[in-house]
Amino acid sequence: MADPHKPVSPPSPEAPNPDTDAYAHEAELEAHLQTKRMYVNMGPSHPATHGTVRLKVELEGENIAEIDCEIGFLHRGFQKSCENVTWTQCLPYTDRLNYVSAMMNNFGFLNAVEKLIGLEIPERAQYIRVIGSELHRIHDHLTCVAATGMELGGFAPFLFGVEARELIMDRVAELTGARLTTNFGRIGGMNRDLPEGWSEKVIKSLDKVMSLVDEMDGLLTRNRIFVDRTKDTGIISAEDAIDYGWTGPCLRACGIDYDVRKAKPYWVYDRMDFDVPIGEKGDNYDRYLMRIEEMKQSDRIIRQALKQIPAGPIILDDWRIALPPKPEVYGTIEGVISHFKLVMEGVQVPAGEVYDATEAANGELGWYMVSDGSGRPYKVHVRAPGYPILSAVPHIIKGKLLADLIPTFDTINMIGGEVEQ
Amino acid sequence: MSTFALDRVTAQFPEAVAERYLDRTGGAWAVIHAEHLPKVAAFLKNELDFKLFTSIDAVDRLHLAENDPRFEVVYFVYSLSRHEHVRFKVRVSEARPELPSIVSVFRGADWWERFVWDFYGIRFSGHPDLRRVLLYEEFQGHPLRKDYALRDRQPLIPERPIKDIFRGPGTSGVS
Repeated sequence: MADPHKPVSPPSPEAPNPDTDAYAHEAELEAHLQTKRMYVNMGPSHPATHGTVRLKVELEGENIAEIDCEIGFLHRGFQKSCENVTWTQCLPYTDRLNYVSAMMNNFGFLNAVEKLIGLEIPERAQYIRVIGSELHRIHDHLTCVAATGMELGGFAPFLFGVEARELIMDRVAELTGARLTTNFGRIGGMNRDLPEGWSEKVIKSLDKVMSLVDEMDGLLTRNRIFVDRTKDTGIISAEDAIDYGWTGPCLRACGIDYDVRKAKPYWVYDRMDFDVPIGEKGDNYDRYLMRIEEMKQSDRIIRQALKQIPAGPIILDDWRIALPPKPEVYGTIEGVISHFKLVMEGVQVPAGEVYDATEAANGELGWYMVSDGSGRPYKVHVRAPGYPILSAVPHIIKGKLLADLIPTFDTINMIGGEVEQ
Repeated sequence: MSTFALDRVTAQFPEAVAERYLDRTGGAWAVIHAEHLPKVAAFLKNELDFKLFTSIDAVDRLHLAENDPRFEVVYFVYSLSRHEHVRFKVRVSEARPELPSIVSVFRGADWWERFVWDFYGIRFSGHPDLRRVLLYEEFQGHPLRKDYALRDRQPLIPERPIKDIFRGPGTSGVS
């Protein structure tokens, strides 16, 4: 408090009078609000996190200062479950890894087991696997693109995407008997052949699906809002992407040409004429474009495969590997014994280990398996493509806007089931 | 399958390689001594262009014929120029389950090492943030070890008792 007895010294002529003079410096004109860091929990149950991921975000204004990803809400003990059932019984568990493209997981798993046993599956089965995989690749990319469109404010592309998805699901249901959890294929080939008249239906459906994809493409690719939200956001450099172990369309968006289908062709991919789209910048927009283009390439592959598919057996005729035909089971003692042994004990996979990979919708789906020579796996390691991709999200998004997190999370297409096993 | 990378590693660091073999599918493997692991990883990445980090996992060899040391940690790295994987493993004993971390070489190893710690209880010294990744911090034990009971459930929130529904894989009630 000022002393009232002290004489007030007259203001010196140089000092500005706060009441009369405009003395504030330019910089002082801005009101300095104290910024306080804010903690935001996105998820585990958040519409934009698709699965159940908890993103602990520390915000400074609108910028993300710190981010931590907490995963595991969807953990089901995939590996432990597989170690306690027969090789064939693992197959339904693989459906639930990437539940948007279940067939690719089925076939990837089977491919690794067949490699461990040392089997060459019949040609027709290889074609069916290619067709099924590519159908589900379109299905997976449709889901990703549609959801990205929806979360960035466009509901119409989402509806187009879902309509197209529905068409594919109908064909998948005719082929496998289930819409999502396909449980398709068996060790040594396929469990059922293409249904009567299915190929024509697929061609017709693909025509429709591709026109819907074009529709989505037209609505999104040059949409001002969509481009503003995705272009130059969520950028990762090619070196970082490789270092983190990215694969699939997300790695190719950075300009790296790596596709397992081309690098190490499996099944009949070497007979297919298709291109692998490569991006430049590694931003969200490029990742989106990769998916649009890959759908068109998958469409090409399916049409070629349906044209080329030969007649013939769909599964090996070896009763130690594949179930005998039903008339043999009911009519002969050998058939009954083989059937019983396969169901109760499982396929006897020779002791050994293998690492094998196929190209799933989001990248390299790797399997490392150890067999102790019994009918059950000793160890099943799955290298889910989404796992390393998700692990790089904190690196990408740190220091960027919170609004960029949504398209980034969309375009990396993290699938809870495979990441959290 | 090519043994190029492992040949070069053996030539460069003969003391680091304990064993070389081919698995039954022709894949080339090397068993690396734990203390030389970061050196080998850096050599693979910087000199031999094996840059794309694929994955890490472990195997608990408790029930296998050869089970000493108990754990094997397996590493897969891919070369984009040579189009091949290199596979190598490190053996870890149960008494001292610890390995040097390779996060400083490959950032992609970060979550995989956390995974191995989470499910096998193998520590990675030098890892910047070795927490559990899929399970919660309160979880007791490491579930992918073979001596962890299949039906040992540790819910954070008590589960509703359901007697007549059979949960999970395996035969009858006992694991």
